[in-house]
Order: sequence, then C-alpha cells, then structure tokens
Amino acid sequence: MTGDFPVALIPILGAVLVPLFRGAMRSAYLVSLPLLAFAYLLTVPVGIHGGIEVLGQTLVLMRVDKLSMLFGYIFLLALLLSVIYALHVDDTMQHMAGLVYAGSAIGAVFAGDLMSLFVYWELTAVSSVLLVWARRGAQSAATGMRYVIVQLLSGMFLLAGALVHWHDTGSLAFGHIGLNGTAGMLILVAFGIKSAFPLLHNWLMDAYPEATPTGTVFLSAFTTKLGIYALARGFAGNEELVWIGTLMAAFPIFYAVIENDLRRVLAYSMNNQLGFMVVGIGIGSELAVNGAVAHAFADILFKGLLFMSMGAVLLRTGTIKGSELGGLYKSMPWTTGFCMVGAASISAFPLFSGFVTKSMIMTAAAGEGMLLTWLVLLFASAGVFHHAGIKIPYFAFFAHDSGIRCAEAPRNMLVAMGTAATLCIGIGVFPGALYALLPFPVNYEPYTASHVLAQLQLLFFSALAFAVLMRTGIYPPELPSVNLDSDWFYRRLAPVVAATFRYALAETRAGLGESLQHRAQATADFLDRQRRPPGLLSRSWPTGGMSLWVMVMLMSYLALYYIG
Amino acid sequence: MSDPKSYWLDDSANVTKIYRGLWLVCTLLILLDLVIHRHEDFAFATVFGYHGFYGFFACVALVLAAKQLRRVLMRTEDYYDR
Repeated sequence: MTGDFPVALIPILGAVLVPLFRGAMRSAYLVSLPLLAFAYLLTVPVGIHGGIEVLGQTLVLMRVDKLSMLFGYIFLLALLLSVIYALHVDDTMQHMAGLVYAGSAIGAVFAGDLMSLFVYWELTAVSSVLLVWARRGAQSAATGMRYVIVQLLSGMFLLAGALVHWHDTGSLAFGHIGLNGTAGMLILVAFGIKSAFPLLHNWLMDAYPEATPTGTVFLSAFTTKLGIYALARGFAGNEELVWIGTLMAAFPIFYAVIENDLRRVLAYSMNNQLGFMVVGIGIGSELAVNGAVAHAFADILFKGLLFMSMGAVLLRTGTIKGSELGGLYKSMPWTTGFCMVGAASISAFPLFSGFVTKSMIMTAAAGEGMLLTWLVLLFASAGVFHHAGIKIPYFAFFAHDSGIRCAEAPRNMLVAMGTAATLCIGIGVFPGALYALLPFPVNYEPYTASHVLAQLQLLFFSALAFAVLMRTGIYPPELPSVNLDSDWFYRRLAPVVAATFRYALAETRAGLGESLQHRAQATADFLDRQRRPPGLLSRSWPTGGMSLWVMVMLMSYLALYYIG
Repeated sequence: MSDPKSYWLDDSANVTKIYRGLWLVCTLLILLDLVIHRHEDFAFATVFGYHGFYGFFACVALVLAAKQLRRVLMRTEDYYDR
C-alpha cells in the first residue's frame, strides 16, 4: 500500500451512496465507512504521498507524520462514535453532511500544502452548516447563516494568507509559518477563527447549541480541533499564543456559570479547554505541544461524550434549559453515569483522561516559569470543574426534581456514550497508549503522589465551594435568559446602526424631496400668476416706457463702441 | 406525573450526609499535606493546603463575579428576536 489515495475520500465519496441504503443496511454501511478508513490508515506508511502538480506547485494530499496521524486517528474515532450516536436519525441529509464534514476535516489534517488545506477548510464550513440547518426552524436558519459566514470568512483569510505566503516564499508547503509578515498574520486570523480565539469565538456558542442533538456531537469534534491542529503545525512556539490562550481559558467560564442552555454551557467550557491547548502550542516546548495535542485528543472524546449526554436529554425531554430540567437520573440512569464520566474527564480527575493530558500543559507552563499563566490556568481548572464538571450533571440530572419522566436514551446513543466513556477512563488509566502516539517522545509521569494530591485538593475544594454556595443560597439560580457576548456587536449593534442610518437616509431624502417639491410648486405658481392679469405677461405696457428702454439700449451701445 | 418509586437522594437527610462527607474528604485531603511533600515549580505553592484553598476561593470568586456580570449581560430570552 503506497498511501497515495487520500483517506478523506472514503467518508466523502462514501456519503454519496448513503441514499441507496435503508434501515439496517444503512446502519451497517454508515458504521463501515470510518472502520474502513481506519483500517486503510493503519497501512499507510509515514511520508509524503498523493502529490499533484498544479501551476508549478506540488499539492500534497497525504502528508503522513505523527502529528497528522494522531489527528487522523481521533477524527476517525470521533466520526465512528458520532455515526453510531446518530444511527436512529431518519434524515439522509444529516448522515451525508456528517460524513462529508468529518471527511473534509480529515482531509485538512493530511493536507501538506496551503491550497488543499484551504479547499478542505471551506468544505468543512459548508458541510457543517447543514447540521445546524437540519433543525429546520427560523432560528436555526438565521444561526446557521451567521455561522457559515464566519466560517467562510476564516477560509478567505486563509486563502489571502496562503497567496501572500506563496508570493513571499515561492512555496505553498504548509509547515511552520510563524508571525513575521502579513501572511503569518492573515493565516493566524484564519486559524484563530476556527480555534475560537477571544472576540473571534462567538460563532461557537451561537451555533453549536442550535444544531440538532446529533449534529452538535459531530460539530464538537472537528472544527475547533482542526484549528488546534493547524496552530500546532504552523505557529508552535509563538509566545503571543500563550497570552491568547490564557485569556481564552479564563473568560468563558464566567459565562458558563450564568448560562442556562446546558449545551451552550458546554460550548463555553469547550472554549476554555481550547485555551489550554493554545497555551501549550504557544509555549512550544516538546512537552507543551505534546500536551496540547494530547488534550485535543482527550477533549474530542470527553466533550463529545458530554454533548452526547446533553443531546440525549434534549431528544427525550425536548428542552436543554437548566431552569426546566432536574431529577433526570431517575429516568436516564445510564446517561447520567456516562455524563459523569465525561464530567470527571473534563475536570481532570485522576484516572480520567483530562488528568493525564491537561497536566502536561500545566507542568510545561510552570516549568517555563510562567507565573501568571499558571495561576490563571489553575483558576480555569477549578472553574471548569465547577461549571462543566458539577453544573452540567447537577442541573440536568439532580438538583430539584423537575417532574419530567422520560425514556432512557436510545440504544445506539448509549453504545456511543458507553464507548466514549470507556475510552475516557482507558486513557486516564493507561496514558502510555496515548503518549505513544504523540509527535514528540514523552518523558512525563502524570501519576506522582504530589500531583495527584494537588489535583484532588483543587477539585474537592471546588466541589465544596459549589456545595456551600448552593446550601447558603448564594449560587445564582438558573434563569431563562440570554447573556450578551461578542455576537452582540453583529446581532444587535450592527443592525441598530444600519437601521438608524437607513432611517436617517430616508428622512433626509424625504425632507429634501419635500422641500424641492415645495420650491418647484412655488415657481410654477409664480409663473402661472404672471400669465394672467395682473401678471407680468398680461400687463399693458405704456409706449413711453418702451421708448425710454430703447434709448438706454442705444446709449449703452454708443458707450461700448467708444470704449471698444 | 408522580413517581411511586422513592429514591435515596429524595430524602434531604441523605443529601446532608453527602454534604458532610464532602467536608470530611476535604479535611483529610488537606491533612495529607502534612504527610506527602508536594513538589512544586513555584515555591509559594508548597504552602500548607495551597491547592485546596486556591480552588475554594477561586470558585467562590468566580461565582460572585459571574453573579455581578448578570446585571450587565443578562437579557430576556427573546432579546435578539425583538
């Protein structure tokens, strides 16, 4: 096997045949695609494959190294879990969109040049928006439109950056780019949109909670982690990213505490986890980059698991608002259990996946003496346990009993959640298996007594804080509400400014028209008056006056003659 | 809809048991600091119970700050539809 065939085409072309299958055959076919792609990927040797000569440039469709392989594996795993999770859905469009979306993310990961990266980049945008629109309502239509505009904008930045980069260096190869020059800035903005940098982040909280229950699970895996992959490839060691990531890890947790839509809470906590990864990439040491991509790997599983559990709640109860839920552990015990595994993993409890990956980033930051970053990340670690680890399971499954009694999640959902939960625990207990896949050799031991104790202290005291605040009634209740975020600028301010401008324009035009019309009318009236008595044109003129004017004319003619 | 089955957590006395248990676990974890020497990159973090106190106060500060943020940020659910 040479590896020239792009693995991305297996799910992308496979999607075309989905409408031909029905029922159990379709399920078998859908599950077989990621398995087939995975089996193929195992046979592909490390190296550069699938080169195409275009315009004197070599487009590389299969650049296989440890970094792209790691993301290739996890994306295929995420596709498999998402497909199983969505098997009950009777909507061919969603199945096809999911496959194309995952396939294009995989294609982007293996793209060795900026042009093929761009093509796959845009394909992820247009295929993923279908998963938002698949909810089929006025709100999801508007949200999807905002989402796809932002995503395509990211692609435009990438294209512009790629062209400038080509012009500057004479090459389209996608390697380390760095921040010197226009090309680097443009490409960083493109990657920054996908990775949800502060102020470029809001598409995430806007769109993910509006997709279908199964669509959000697909969405959570690919777009942002593709951004992280691209940053790790192009901007590792750029110190600016440390500060961007530090900010990203901190500010979304404040929103997560007061947000009522539990899938939106998860979107905020995803933004916070991406912050950890961006910090790791910014530090750029082998330990830090290993930590960043390992955390991306773990995050796809535990965040996917959390979105799956919330999707199951949404499917069964029809709502995902914290203010309307509670007590669901009685109806959905399995989902509750799986959700708690995801919660423990994202909170980085020892023996769960987040612990063995996030700690690498924390250790790298402390090792570099980055005091402020370390303190903020520690704060964010406590905060993420607080809002994702406790709030999500607590308000959905415990809290006060909402009285909702529903069926347990469908079997295919439970299988997907169970597999993800097993993997979360598996990585936590046997970190060596994941460490072996990382781009750099790992010389790191997560399970030291000192580290485990520190983490347990942090987490249990965070839990204690939650319990104390709950019992004293200080904890803010879940309220049906919308919280303003940076989308306010384009969802509120921009339309208001545009409307004001339009109003002012219309007013001016109307005023101007009125005054012109008034003047025209006055002139017409004046002229009209002149042609009837006693108007100028219908007056009788005395002959004396006439001869006087003739004399004036002749005199002035004479004068002009002499002057001339 | 009433659920004839009663659950262990429905009894508030049991919830209080969990709450007290949490205090107990936290106390034990803090006391372990006397037994286990924590290796830290920053010297100040070796202070007795550092991570515990940091976690507790970080979360209290987080919640109080977020509560205040609600005054500025919170709108009705149909805010963007009006």
